[in-house]
Amino acid sequence: MRERAQIRLLRDGRRLHLHDGPIDLIVEAFGAVGEIDAAYRAAAQRFVTVLDELCSELPLLREPARSGGPRVSGVIARRMVAAVAPYGDWTFITPMAAVAGAVAEEILGTMTSAASLSRAYVNDGGDIALHLGPGERFVVGMVERPDRPSLFGAATLDSTQPVRGIATSGWRGRSFSLGIADAVTVLADRAAQADAAATVIANAVDLPGHAGIIRVRARDLAPDSDLGDRLVTQEVGELSDEDVCAALHAGLMVARMLASEGLIHSAALRLRGETRIVGITPEMDSALKFDQLVDKPYPIVNLGSESDEESAVLPLSATADPSLRSG
Amino acid sequence: MADDDAIRCDACPVLCYIKPGRTGACDRYANDNGQLVRIDPHVVLDRALTRGDSVVPFLGRDRDWDGSIVSGPETFITAIGAGTTYPDYKPAPFIISSAVEGVDVVTVVTEGIFSYCGVKVKIDTDRHLGPETNVVRAQGEPVGHVTTGEYGSQMLSLGGVRHLTGGSRREGTVTCETLLNLCDRKPVELTIEEGATVVVQAGKPPVVDGVQEERMRVGCGSATIGMFAKQWFGKVDEVVVVDDHITGVLSEHQAGKLLGVRETGIKMKGHRSTPGRYFRVAEPGTAWGGTNIEDPLSILQPFKPRVAWPKLRLLMVSTTGEHYAYYELDEALRPVEKELPSSLSESVGRIKENCEPALCTVLFMGGAGGSLRAGVTENPVRLTHSVRDALTRITCGGAPVYVWPGGGITFMVDVSRMPEHAFGYVPTPALVAPIEFTLKLADYAALGGYMDYVRPLGSILQGEGRRHLSANPNNPWPLSSTKSQRSER
Repeated sequence: MRERAQIRLLRDGRRLHLHDGPIDLIVEAFGAVGEIDAAYRAAAQRFVTVLDELCSELPLLREPARSGGPRVSGVIARRMVAAVAPYGDWTFITPMAAVAGAVAEEILGTMTSAASLSRAYVNDGGDIALHLGPGERFVVGMVERPDRPSLFGAATLDSTQPVRGIATSGWRGRSFSLGIADAVTVLADRAAQADAAATVIANAVDLPGHAGIIRVRARDLAPDSDLGDRLVTQEVGELSDEDVCAALHAGLMVARMLASEGLIHSAALRLRGETRIVGITPEMDSALKFDQLVDKPYPIVNLGSESDEESAVLPLSATADPSLRSG
Repeated sequence: MADDDAIRCDACPVLCYIKPGRTGACDRYANDNGQLVRIDPHVVLDRALTRGDSVVPFLGRDRDWDGSIVSGPETFITAIGAGTTYPDYKPAPFIISSAVEGVDVVTVVTEGIFSYCGVKVKIDTDRHLGPETNVVRAQGEPVGHVTTGEYGSQMLSLGGVRHLTGGSRREGTVTCETLLNLCDRKPVELTIEEGATVVVQAGKPPVVDGVQEERMRVGCGSATIGMFAKQWFGKVDEVVVVDDHITGVLSEHQAGKLLGVRETGIKMKGHRSTPGRYFRVAEPGTAWGGTNIEDPLSILQPFKPRVAWPKLRLLMVSTTGEHYAYYELDEALRPVEKELPSSLSESVGRIKENCEPALCTVLFMGGAGGSLRAGVTENPVRLTHSVRDALTRITCGGAPVYVWPGGGITFMVDVSRMPEHAFGYVPTPALVAPIEFTLKLADYAALGGYMDYVRPLGSILQGEGRRHLSANPNNPWPLSSTKSQRSER
């Protein structure tokens, strides 16, 4: 039995919910009423074929990235391959690491081509593509762990900054991770790039050989996982302060490298309540800032909306906070 | 690629192979013991006659009419996964109206964050687990203490605000994890200072120092004599009930005397406490009646020749009925084992039947604080009064609760009556537990409820994202009439 693409407005009447198989998008456009309407119609029309397009090339997209990359034909698939291409030479990654961001970008692009919008976002389970017209901005909350909803920081993004993509990765999220980060949130030019980079950095936050970390072959958990025989993190036991610093440092090195190569703008690495931040230059600091809310954990539910629909579709699966507040 | 036990999900073209207990890429479809099921965060309890699988398979949604006349909504929204508005002073996430027997009823559904909470654990065992008030540790951290023993069981009091937030960060985290696991009906290893290490899991037998407890004894050996003396009278001349605590002897016991059981000249080892009651007939162990006895005759001395007689019938049995042997004395007054007569096998079976399985039981205890109550009404104390006056019923994931008398709303709930995965936690650390307040719409208005936020049940049931469960048939239906509600208290 197939239960295919669902397209509907959420109860608040503002946001569009697009759902098909593992893809779950929350979309919101801002602008004139007619423009929003046109954008949503275009998004819905584009969305219904997305999953089939991806599935038709799924075996190729599950292959490890290498220079040149597999020749795929779909526009989203090509974007996925391009996003992971910079990493294939020195680490393990497959185009699937960028699928959420690539889908978000595609829907966002469809909307901005179809209509004139002041702002818009497409949130694919925490991997977010943004559109910011002149003078516009978004505030994005960051959630440490999907199973313990509490904000550890917020980032303000405005139109003068180049960031149009946000992604979060961690071992507690929906996808498997090779590392032990609770959450790595990345700001990059585009969502697919952010998605790939967050995966790579989260994999690097690690303590190889640490006895307290339980790792299981990905294949034993999900027989068709693109990670195959690689060991994915299932449980992280007690870590000393030194352990936490060492693991974060390993991730920090990678994040700095990616920032210096221009692959990301900034990253926030979170492990056991400790945060490391990369890529904030003094001149960026005022505009592009992770406001740390460390040691002030408080539960957030229905953040940004009183709608029950939101808690119905998003809460336990998204790694980053799913909602965006206009700032 | 496909593993033997993985199933292929055909809900979408990704066609995931899903291993048992795992979900597919979407996190919405899962392999539940070989069956493809849909799982979603928000739990809706469907009233059904049988419990069956806790998650309704998505292909089998049609429900047969059970033939009964419907007296109230057959669906109750639990607070599991509802979220909370804490610490905001604003209405609870879900305030739902439905009509029950013609009366409009409101259920306020929220998840409470409980720093003031803990569990009371009852462990059915006669074994000494550790001295009263001694500290109970999990992963080396103090998480509670041994409290006063109860009949046939040892009691632990775990959690509470001092362990959760009053000690070190690690003590709080470990306490929170211990409580969560116990409430989730997972096994937890606890070590008692100067005592035993015990594995506790709600609804399962305790494992004390590596040995699983099977049954609670029916009573001590002496009590067993008292209970069964009448059933033995006339069918056997002497009965010894072997017990590590007090071994009973029928002919010497008060119960035997009352019935006029003749003296048999039996001579026991061990220390006689009062007539027919013996301490320390052997060492503790895992054989007969919690002793180390393999041959029950080893606790007897030779029968007194002047009193005993040839063909004297002797039954020896343990306090659980698991061990028994039947003897008759020969001409030299020596016991010779014989087959148990059918007239006695019934009483041995009865002892066994009266031994309940040894279990660990876990009651969650929490207090609903000001801000949680504020999510229900603008005037929180009125909610307390309304609960006191039995106008408002509290349920925890749809399960009945006992509300402790006195101030505040402090309640206890048997975690085994709640749906699975009903609890969560926040890093404060504190436990997150579902809580539902059900009352008449008119009463809700009177206590200052958020009438603007009341919405009909139907609006919640539409659409996606609901986890439908069959109601636990042992629980009273949360929306049944107030009369049964009061009797529940």
